[in-house]
Amino acid sequence: MKKNRLIPVLLLRNGWLVQSKQFRRYQNLGNPISAVKRLSEWGSDELIYLDISRDETHDMRRDDLGHPNRSNIFEIIEDVSKVAFMPMTVGGRIRSLGDIEARLALGADKIAINTIALEQPQFVEQAAREFGAQCIVVSIDAKLIDGMHRVMRDGGREPTSLSACDWARQVSQAGAGEILLNSVDRDGMKNGYDLDLLRQVSAAIKIPVIACGGVGEWGHFAEALQQTRVDAVAAANIFHYSDQSVYMAKKYLLEQGLNVRPAELLEL
Amino acid sequence: MKTRVCILDYGSGNVKSVCNLFSSLADHVSVSNEAAVVEAATHVVLPGVGAFAAALRRIHERLPLEVIERVVRRDGKPFLGICVGMQVLAERGFEFGETEGLGWIGGSIEQLDSREYPLPHIGWNNVTVQRANPLFSELENSPDFYFVHSFVFRPRDPLTVLATAAYGAEFCAAIGSDNILGVQFHPEKSQRAGIKLAKNFLAIS
Repeated sequence: MKKNRLIPVLLLRNGWLVQSKQFRRYQNLGNPISAVKRLSEWGSDELIYLDISRDETHDMRRDDLGHPNRSNIFEIIEDVSKVAFMPMTVGGRIRSLGDIEARLALGADKIAINTIALEQPQFVEQAAREFGAQCIVVSIDAKLIDGMHRVMRDGGREPTSLSACDWARQVSQAGAGEILLNSVDRDGMKNGYDLDLLRQVSAAIKIPVIACGGVGEWGHFAEALQQTRVDAVAAANIFHYSDQSVYMAKKYLLEQGLNVRPAELLEL
Repeated sequence: MKTRVCILDYGSGNVKSVCNLFSSLADHVSVSNEAAVVEAATHVVLPGVGAFAAALRRIHERLPLEVIERVVRRDGKPFLGICVGMQVLAERGFEFGETEGLGWIGGSIEQLDSREYPLPHIGWNNVTVQRANPLFSELENSPDFYFVHSFVFRPRDPLTVLATAAYGAEFCAAIGSDNILGVQFHPEKSQRAGIKLAKNFLAIS
């Protein structure tokens, strides 16, 4: 039987791992490679790696972290795939089929796209045809505006006229393999997922939905899996602040009788 | 004995990850299609992703098949096919029309009957070992592995099925005929269980 997945999201900004709050404020959390190694050892089911840099620089500006400075996202993906024997989704700044190919060649398994799908909806189909539907994750940032979950663009800043459900249907028909559904309102707020958003979108489409945004305690993962049809639960900040976080979260979900892969600690 | 792994590269996307996995376990790992490297290897691995027909076309174009067949099928060198690298071992496949496979293990590649579940089948799924085989030694009863596929191996001889998994319907998750082994899932993405399976493969001589 297929398991529900627990997925840490790593946000990368100019070469650093960061914490985000409502897509506006960012706090530095350190070296992305050591974070990935830790999350692998704690038995994550997958990793989602989003590059939210605003320019092309990814210099970690330190050489005292046991890793050489990384100059770009490609070197970071390459390093990560050496320590993480698990599926890895990479997103951020994807502008062409070539951008996808380059990331896959370095060890990424799936590519998350957002802005380009909104600008050129036919890109989803082109990418799915070229690399397979299993490889294309469409990331949707939604915000509740006047009672409707609207799709946001430009890193969650600008509302579009699309509803999250309509957009999810459209991209799933175009060949997207999964939806990464993030709530701009809940991002970094620790008050739980936007369950209405998850419920509506996961009921509207057949492809898997990955829930994201707002987790402040393990119980929030359980709520989404029990009360909505999402296939996977993701979070960023919560995984970075406690030792063995993924392991503890898994253990909790198993105790709640949920269908997740058993918790395990690896020795890498 | 020192382990020398030859990873064959017909142009499949997952070669890098497979190489990373074996590099952490074997004495020596090469990604190569050179006949001399295949001959010098103690273990041969064929990774694969993508469509059956395209994979076979490239395998015929790029791999030294005569040498591979000699050292694997005649001399009994341990061989592991991964995902589409397992599927190409069948006699024929039915993805985008009918294509002839390598025919090392009897059977065909057909679409998974997933009933109400969507295809491709992507994610962690538990695997039931059906037949004792060193590949699965010391793995717990029902280990979870990571799958990404829509098509499955339908073997002619049920005795070649080493393990099964269920997604809508039960299907063959691992196949084996003497030294020729294949897994539908991705050990290179399956963390501890994948590392253990790769170690088990390297322990076969």
